[in-house]
Amino acid sequence: MSGLDRSTAHPKLPRTVAEFMAYAYAMEVEASERYAELAQQMSAHNNREVAELFAKLSRIEGKHRDQIAAQMGWTSPPAAAVFRWTTPEGPETTDYGELHYLMQPYHALKLAEHNEQQAVEFFERFAAARVPAAVQAAAREMAEDEREHVRLIREWLAKVPPPEPGWDEDMDPPAGAD
Amino acid sequence: MNESARALAPSAPLARGPNDYKSDVKPVWCPGCGDFGVVNALAKAMAKMALDPKDVAVVSGIGCSSRIPAYMSSYGFHGVHGRALAAGTGLKIARPDLTVIVTGGDGDGYSIGGNHFLHACRRNVDMTYIVMDNRVYGMTKGQASPTTEPDWDSKLSPDGTGLREFQPLVVALASGANFIARGFTGDPNGLAALIEQAMHHPGFSFLEVLSPCVTFRPEQKEWKKMVRPDAFRTTAEVPRAARRLLRDTGFDLGVLFAGGRAPYAPRGPRALRTPADLEARFAL
Repeated sequence: MSGLDRSTAHPKLPRTVAEFMAYAYAMEVEASERYAELAQQMSAHNNREVAELFAKLSRIEGKHRDQIAAQMGWTSPPAAAVFRWTTPEGPETTDYGELHYLMQPYHALKLAEHNEQQAVEFFERFAAARVPAAVQAAAREMAEDEREHVRLIREWLAKVPPPEPGWDEDMDPPAGAD
Repeated sequence: MNESARALAPSAPLARGPNDYKSDVKPVWCPGCGDFGVVNALAKAMAKMALDPKDVAVVSGIGCSSRIPAYMSSYGFHGVHGRALAAGTGLKIARPDLTVIVTGGDGDGYSIGGNHFLHACRRNVDMTYIVMDNRVYGMTKGQASPTTEPDWDSKLSPDGTGLREFQPLVVALASGANFIARGFTGDPNGLAALIEQAMHHPGFSFLEVLSPCVTFRPEQKEWKKMVRPDAFRTTAEVPRAARRLLRDTGFDLGVLFAGGRAPYAPRGPRALRTPADLEARFAL
């Protein structure tokens, strides 16, 4: 089979709500860290508007991370949250390859929308899985939260102008060979 | 749960997290560059192996990807073009206690440093060589490299070079590398696992990493649809690995070869193993 499927894998099902929430926590940590990294990348290329947007998304994901910790009464990261995804990366993590140095806020928000939608699907699958009822309920609740995030991102997107054709044309392109 | 569910593999708590292996220096690579995935994967592998950063040295040559030592919190050496393997070899011989990771790109490793590549494979010194292959010289604005396709049309190579590509895995196998694998930066977790295997394996471990250059080779964004995860079945037999390479697509991922050759160990009296011992033999 060719191609890298960023979603196919055989999951280890959580047996407890704490274990499930550790997964959710890890997802938010990774998403927050990646957005911060992307903000730095855009900042290095003087795309300040998108850098600020990614930084804001990083802070938002960080709040989600902290909310999970507060909800669970964790004062330090759960040990079970130290793992690696068996898929390329977590469901809310932006693929490095999706960036362009001339990208606009619209593009960044489309990436965020995609990530939030992936998170909805991630939790919905746990809600439908053969796991204890308490885990299913927690998964449904998390899926609902993520649906709300999708809605908020879409509201945000509606206020941002879509890019004009040729947005990626650079008058001083790096590929200029002369 | 349906097959499109995502998975997690719990592991023991780590003494250091991946971020502890990254330095405060922020990469200046182009947004979208595959090399970000290598830093990420390398840090994950080092965290998983619980390495102490002071026991690790990352050595490189010249090129975009060769900036990696600055981005890690371990010791680093940003050397001269094509000579990363020579520097890494010397370091490992002088300090066998260090974990030595040599990094670079396809131009640095296969062209300018091609000779060093052959002999590093042959010598089988216990270190890991990670080549970020984007099939182009990115830092110098997009010239064809040894792994560039013969028909890649560019301003600098109109209608392509017409030259057949260098075959890194074939050369590594023929030259005696003890571990040969291929990874992809679009899969940082899979790449981290490969790096970990490469670092664990004794002798010279060669890891070719497909790392798209979004600036000069934007078409490489399609690589994520072309790679074939876990396509290699690992063997310790050179003839079997050689036969497998006959049908390699160039996008087959995984560990091709894990041999059992003993790593190089310096011969001669132990008294000559330290720099001070050697210095004592020179008239200063």
